[in-house]
Amino acid sequence: MKAIASAIALSIALVSPALAQDLAITGATVATGDGSEPIENATVVVRGGRVVAAGSGVAVPAGVPVIDGTGKWVTPGLFSAVTDLGLWDVGAVNESDDREAEASPFSASLDMSVAINPASQHILVSRMGGVTRATVIGQPGSSIFSGQGAIIDLGADANAVTRARAFQFINLDETGARLAGGSRTAAHALLRNALREARDYGNRSGIAGSASRPGAVRTGDDLPIDPRMVDNETERGEDVLLTRFDAAALVPVANGTQPLYVQVDRAADIRSVLALKQEFPQLDLVLVGVHEGWLVARDIAAAGVPVVAFALDDLPVAFEELAATQSNIGRMKDAGVTVAIGPFTDDFQPRFAPQFAGNLVGLQKVPGATGLTWGEAFAAITSVPARIAGMEGEAGVLAPGAHGDVVIWDGDPLEISSAPQRVWIDGVEQPLDNHQSALRNRYRDLDRSDLPKAYDW
Amino acid sequence: MPSTRFVTRAALMACAAMALSACAADQTGPQSASSSAARSASPYPSTYAPYPGRPTALVGATLFDGRGGQMQNATVLFENGRITAVGDASLGVPAGYDRIDGTGKFVTPGVIDIHSHLGDYPSPDVGAHSDGNEATSPTTPEVWAEHSVWPQDPGFSRALANGGVTALQILPGSANLMGGRSVTLKNVPALTVQGMKFPGAPQGLKMACGENPKRVYGGKGQAPSTRMGNFAVNRQTWIDAQDYDGTDRNLAKDTLKAVLDGEIQVHNHCYRADEMALVIDMAKEFGYTVSTFHHAVESYKIADLLRENDICSAVWADWWGFKMEAYDGILENAALIENAGACVVIHSDDQDGIQRLNQEAAKAQAAGKRIGIDIPDGKVIGWFTYNAAKAMGIADETGSLETGKAADVVLWNGNPLSVYSRPEKVWIDGALMFDANDPKRRPVSDFELGQPGAGDVK
Repeated sequence: MKAIASAIALSIALVSPALAQDLAITGATVATGDGSEPIENATVVVRGGRVVAAGSGVAVPAGVPVIDGTGKWVTPGLFSAVTDLGLWDVGAVNESDDREAEASPFSASLDMSVAINPASQHILVSRMGGVTRATVIGQPGSSIFSGQGAIIDLGADANAVTRARAFQFINLDETGARLAGGSRTAAHALLRNALREARDYGNRSGIAGSASRPGAVRTGDDLPIDPRMVDNETERGEDVLLTRFDAAALVPVANGTQPLYVQVDRAADIRSVLALKQEFPQLDLVLVGVHEGWLVARDIAAAGVPVVAFALDDLPVAFEELAATQSNIGRMKDAGVTVAIGPFTDDFQPRFAPQFAGNLVGLQKVPGATGLTWGEAFAAITSVPARIAGMEGEAGVLAPGAHGDVVIWDGDPLEISSAPQRVWIDGVEQPLDNHQSALRNRYRDLDRSDLPKAYDW
Repeated sequence: MPSTRFVTRAALMACAAMALSACAADQTGPQSASSSAARSASPYPSTYAPYPGRPTALVGATLFDGRGGQMQNATVLFENGRITAVGDASLGVPAGYDRIDGTGKFVTPGVIDIHSHLGDYPSPDVGAHSDGNEATSPTTPEVWAEHSVWPQDPGFSRALANGGVTALQILPGSANLMGGRSVTLKNVPALTVQGMKFPGAPQGLKMACGENPKRVYGGKGQAPSTRMGNFAVNRQTWIDAQDYDGTDRNLAKDTLKAVLDGEIQVHNHCYRADEMALVIDMAKEFGYTVSTFHHAVESYKIADLLRENDICSAVWADWWGFKMEAYDGILENAALIENAGACVVIHSDDQDGIQRLNQEAAKAQAAGKRIGIDIPDGKVIGWFTYNAAKAMGIADETGSLETGKAADVVLWNGNPLSVYSRPEKVWIDGALMFDANDPKRRPVSDFELGQPGAGDVK
């Protein structure tokens, strides 16, 4: 009965947006996500879908329902940097897998926002794990450009995408070299040519933000314009390698209004990517992967380029990651690099983030290793990835004005035995049921004496 | 895992999803193909001998013995590679023993991974190193995983230092129905696989259900292309091996006969409950024994059947969704299996996961607790120590801290069921093979020498 009720509640939630609740949680251990250490016996207040206060000595406004958080931990929802949430169902089932468009003539213009399925089990399972927001991108298919990534929330409603075409994604690692024609030289030539074509196209096409055009009119967090749809009334130059659609998609990359995420690992490759800023000063770079980042940490810090790095990879799985170590993130952090843990694609599930972060805390006890403090580690899966996604102060943090994304945990969220008990997104309490919880309920006992298990739901 | 998950997925599939071996080797060994060929007279015998150790007393730590037992303020004594005594604080430390203060720390048996491809799919993960699956025929019982092991795989050192792994079973891949013989290794660096082979450990036969074999061979336009094809090929292969007497030597049938004679147990990659049930009947049809279903994400649906047939389930904590037959994976799988009285083993199938078997076990334990299944810590420790040893046929030697057994011991700097804990010292047969406090007491493979990060903490 309970399962039925929750299934119905879920389907209702999907068709009609639930209203944000005002709520206060008191007496809990609160981690705000901003890098500070947890605060005991603290209070979090959410009103109108936004955080209004978090910390100790916070008074609960009259009329706000109070939840006793004694013995619990309260945190912002996890922000997952670089996921493939909502783009696939089953890895080896190609029929419904939208991560890779290997046979498409398009690349940079591929827009993830149109394919993201809010009802995907990967979104539901991640929400159960306390993930409330994420950036989403597919895999490179026939080109080094994967396309335009989106920012989503994981709420149980129809509107997952909060920002479409939020960033472009490119591989300048061994994978990119193979896709570009078999060499790193080909990948770099392809990128430079693409940026020049985009710059040239942007100048001719009347896309706002181009050199000959006025800047775009922006109103706060409005969705970016889609330059792909701008008519091109001018001829394009010869020697054109990009489709018109792809060239248009790269205009905001070339003029720096859309971040360019670059998957790169080898120290030498990282230096080559950072050097792109000399040729294209407007590029707004984010590095992803970055297994050998610690070897060039000062260069990355000096360039002011943020990083989304694997936390626990420590094997020379490829020649481009010979120096991989679990101390990579800690060492980069110590050098002044802004580092989030990620990416979370494929079998790296977003719900693993606390385990990864917890391991980096554990490293502090290992002689010679460089880990993170608890606060730093938790920030690396909340506020830091939110900041990299352009949502500083908006998400991944319990601070006044931030989205009301709140998780109540049954213990230290970085400890392997802990789990979320309740989750809110924008002040709306979320269902935590999914295919897995339903299976678990069905098979809690194995009694098949009266009827087959198929009747137990 | 590889730098980009985009690349990695293929490699993962090769391990988790595939496992094949189909070539027949033409090795003609000196011994006859009687059943004894499987185990007692390997033509590639172990040359491993324990390294020197000192008589050691671990005093004051919390002990998990691997068989469910837990003791505060325990004392563990070992000498000459063997555990000489396990007891409480009243157990004295004999003269001549090095005393190690374990206050605030934890002691467990060495961690054992029942499902690894280290050495066969080593790092770096390049095509030249892809030696884990002889995927050229639907059945390749003639190949032996030990002949592919590259002892210089840096993955062994990470499993030791971060995972406390002291023994591991290397299995052929799963692209074919019968992938070949497994080998069990001591996790000691060596120049040869013989220098790593666990003395006396039985080989296993890797088999695989489901999607992989039918996809790989169906894709080539040959049998099997369906699950019923999988069973037909398996059954005919068993039938053809039944009358084998070794006079006309055949490597594939050497292996199959050894399985039918009970000298080699089957380790069967099998995700779905319904397929496991069919395999159980196939084993009965031909009279062989399945030790363990590996990747058994649906064991929780038939845990009673698995208990009745005394078959272990080697599982991850939370992997799911990477293939159709893994779609019903749930976090509570291990706890539900245990709750039904069946045997749980936590396995990795992964060069990263093998470094955190303790954490995966803790994760699965916590999932059970949330639905009211309270499994004591001591029993959970057994999921990656004693139960693995038992399923691999080496439980008389290792897998628990008991007098007389090998001194395969991990001293953890905190509770191994916490995310914040790591191995501090690891002994194999009483020899200190890793010490977090001694940068030189850490193996560095030939491959990593002179490369960036060689000897780093990793």
